[in-house]
Amino acid sequence: MKTRIHLLAIAFLLPAILFAEADGKWLRRVPDEDRARVNPYRGLAQAAAAGKILFEDNCAKCHGVDANGRRDRPSLRSERVRHTTDGELAWMLRNGNPYKNMPPWSSMPENQRWQIIAFLRTLPPAGR
Amino acid sequence: MRFRSIAQLCPLGLGAFLILSLTLIAQEKPYFVPYSTDLEEPGNLEIAYKGVAASLKNANAFESSTLELEYGATAWWTTELYAQGQTTVNDSAVFTGFRWENRFKPLPREYWINPVIYVEYEHVSDADKSILEVTGHDGISSFQVNNGQSHSIVEKSLESKLILSSNFKGFNLSENIIAEKNLSKEPWEFGYAIGVARALSLTGGSHRCYLCLQNFDLGGELYGGLGDRYTFGLRQTSQYAGPTVGYHPPGGIAYSFSPQFGLNDNSIGTIWRFKVSYEVQQLRDLFRKSN
Repeated sequence: MKTRIHLLAIAFLLPAILFAEADGKWLRRVPDEDRARVNPYRGLAQAAAAGKILFEDNCAKCHGVDANGRRDRPSLRSERVRHTTDGELAWMLRNGNPYKNMPPWSSMPENQRWQIIAFLRTLPPAGR
Repeated sequence: MRFRSIAQLCPLGLGAFLILSLTLIAQEKPYFVPYSTDLEEPGNLEIAYKGVAASLKNANAFESSTLELEYGATAWWTTELYAQGQTTVNDSAVFTGFRWENRFKPLPREYWINPVIYVEYEHVSDADKSILEVTGHDGISSFQVNNGQSHSIVEKSLESKLILSSNFKGFNLSENIIAEKNLSKEPWEFGYAIGVARALSLTGGSHRCYLCLQNFDLGGELYGGLGDRYTFGLRQTSQYAGPTVGYHPPGGIAYSFSPQFGLNDNSIGTIWRFKVSYEVQQLRDLFRKSN
């Protein structure tokens, strides 16, 4: 009987958890020390150029070559992404978000992840 | 005679290699036996050809081919189907069976060491020579039986792995603990696999190029059997080790190659492994209505 109650509880709670993880809620899970990290390649044009190639090879298939998002995958030129810190983006790239089907990229060398973030910072806002 | 036999096998492997390389695209670590905790990206389908060739003492040379179809179902679940066969010189070519594996990532974020749970169902004949893993007392004697005798014996088994992986300073270190149960009355068998790999350059270049260091991964792997429930240990097991190299140039074609060496008398002297893989990107989009 107890097992059934637990299963029912999970069945009801799971959608709520998934819903809570949607739409930027992941930002709340970023530890302060990660949030404060600074991109060592910030503002470096060569790093952004390398980041563009890495983005095209690894990210564009879901987020689009123009980073405006494809189907249910989010735009990386949105206001929310533009207002996240470099550290928050780095945390998301490392950990992913399994609730939203974003895989972790922890096996990609950290420098390359920072290069991608340097590229994202060069993108104009959505709609331009 | 043995060299001639290997030479006869090479065109087969090379042909498959070239056919696949015309269209393939992928980027991954150059492991053959160990698994890292990287899962297939959700919606992607990876098609891979994995080959093994070896020349043995007192037995015919062989080439084993495995076709892999790996699909990223979600960010925490990857499912994969294998179809396998082998060709033995002076003997025959046979289809040896299939495997269906599933890998699950139980934790929602990354830690200094990350687990993945692996569960596989195997339906393969004793003629299988793919050496996708080594468990129990697997050894050179099973490669010395001719296909006529071994192909008629089909084994159904369940295999589980605990895959552990860490990423630090560009290195990936992966450890696999393997437990396999033949669904007949044979005891649990155990094995292990360890791999380490690193890209030759940790930063991306600002131009696409074919021979940049970032396109190469180097590593090594070590794996072998650990006996079974009643005779646990290294005694009468086979053990292998070897360097691995991966190459993923622009255009996305990924190649891996590894010569591997038997570490005791119960192992094959030298195994040559190669792999070509191609990722069909966001396959599921083909079956969904556009927004």
